[in-house]
Amino acid sequence: MKNTDFDDNMDPNWLGDEEEEIYRENIIDHFKNPRNYGEIVEAEIKHSELNSICGDIIRLFVKLERGKVIDAKFKGNGCAISMAATSMLTEKLKGKTLEDIKKLTKEDVFEMLGIKLGIVRMKCGLLCLNTLMNGVKILEDKNGIKN
Amino acid sequence: MKIKPDSMLDVGKIRKDFSILNKMINGKQLIYLDNGATSLTPEPVIGAMNEYYGEYNANVHRSIHSIGERATREYEKAHEKVARFINADFEEIIFTKGTTESLNTLAYCLTKRLKEGDVIILSEMEHHSNLVPWQQLAKEKKLIVKYIKINEDFELDLEHAKKIIDKKTKIVSVTHVSNVLGTINDVKKIGELAHDAGAIFIVDSAQGIPHLAIDVKKIDCDFFCFSGHKMLGPTGIGVLYGKKELLEKLDPFLFGGEMIKEVGFEDSKWNNLPWKFEAGTPNIAGGIGLGAAIDYLNKIGTEKIREYEEYLTEYGIKRLNEIGVKIYCPKNPKIRSGVISFKINGMHAHDVVALLDREGVAIRGGHMCAMPLVTKVLNENSLCRASLYFYNTPEEIDKLVGGIKKAKEVFQII
Repeated sequence: MKNTDFDDNMDPNWLGDEEEEIYRENIIDHFKNPRNYGEIVEAEIKHSELNSICGDIIRLFVKLERGKVIDAKFKGNGCAISMAATSMLTEKLKGKTLEDIKKLTKEDVFEMLGIKLGIVRMKCGLLCLNTLMNGVKILEDKNGIKN
Repeated sequence: MKIKPDSMLDVGKIRKDFSILNKMINGKQLIYLDNGATSLTPEPVIGAMNEYYGEYNANVHRSIHSIGERATREYEKAHEKVARFINADFEEIIFTKGTTESLNTLAYCLTKRLKEGDVIILSEMEHHSNLVPWQQLAKEKKLIVKYIKINEDFELDLEHAKKIIDKKTKIVSVTHVSNVLGTINDVKKIGELAHDAGAIFIVDSAQGIPHLAIDVKKIDCDFFCFSGHKMLGPTGIGVLYGKKELLEKLDPFLFGGEMIKEVGFEDSKWNNLPWKFEAGTPNIAGGIGLGAAIDYLNKIGTEKIREYEEYLTEYGIKRLNEIGVKIYCPKNPKIRSGVISFKINGMHAHDVVALLDREGVAIRGGHMCAMPLVTKVLNENSLCRASLYFYNTPEEIDKLVGGIKKAKEVFQII
């Protein structure tokens, strides 16, 4: 992702105005009580990514059956935004095909979180999506599917 | 708890030299507690650099016209100021772009002559810049890197150092002050161990020289590296000090203009020290800015800075302890610099930093460029770090504490 995706006038560590508090109740809730937290021993997608600037790490597990996601879990450690986004994403994945997953965009993550993120926190919010996409790519490479 | 003597420092007056301290951040006055990352720049330093660009913007050591001569004079004067500041000779002061470049230069130049199985000693509390260059060159040349352990009180374990520094050791390179723990290491002692084993001794003082009086002869190190921007100077300028007899023996690392005496189509002769190691047009304004920063530090006095920071650090640790955060620093205030790393249970450092930013308080969160220390030794995913300088005040620490309390409320932590 390029920095040009952002409004130049935006504060890089922008945290939203009062109507757009990023530490909303639902985000704190997902951070403190992450959904689908854990491992799937036999999963088609097992992939981890690290955000080295702040030390966020996400390990994502996705189990597929007949081309559809039947389970998704994650383990990790990171800020509220990265953890809440991953927690929400795992809820969203069930029933999706790989093609559906590949269509997910950063806008979907923002919609899920219900907030707009500044350039710094963008990395936190999108770590889950990057982990997922890279995991899908590795699976497809393994299966010999060319993009 | 030491009571702050009024005679210590006139912080109110000092703060007037840092116009950025008046800046409003998110509607609050800036409270800058991220000095470990970079220090603020006082007006005389900005002024000195502006003067160069506005009055005598010319290259050095080339142009013999008036402004060229003045630029050369001022640039060389900056080397002299640095030399005096650390009790070295003019020829021993090489300007680089920062500590990272100084350490990389040493890693390349010094490992050139090493052979398979030779040992390099670092410590567990190194910043990436004093770890990755050695680690990577060791891989290439089949050298062995060993790390001095830290003890329970976050000090270097000298007994362990004695054990691992042996005749196979060719280089010992350690940090003067930890950028995470704030520990002031006994570099003189480690230097003795290194020299007894016949090894070269290097000190990374990026976090040391901004806060401590330095005498490289007393430390008796072979090389000493630091950055300008952590000691009131601009970014992009740093220093590599080396003992003259060693610098003379070393081959230059960068080739080009400025560093040569004579060039033919077949071979070249190197310039005198220190220019032999300063290839290309240097960061002239940066060097002059660093010189002005040293003038500023001298005017205040390094001993007074240390005394005030010791008081301020003690106050900070006391206040943070009151609100129950976990602090990672040595107990002994005499070996503690103004770096306070802490953790709030149930909160990630990044969230703490972001919520403090709302209060105008700037601190650092993450691995602090010392990932092996934070994740493998301290077993943390990330830490928060407030790092102080002499223009900070106890009132600012109170605001930090207030900000942390608010952050905990957002995360519903009692």
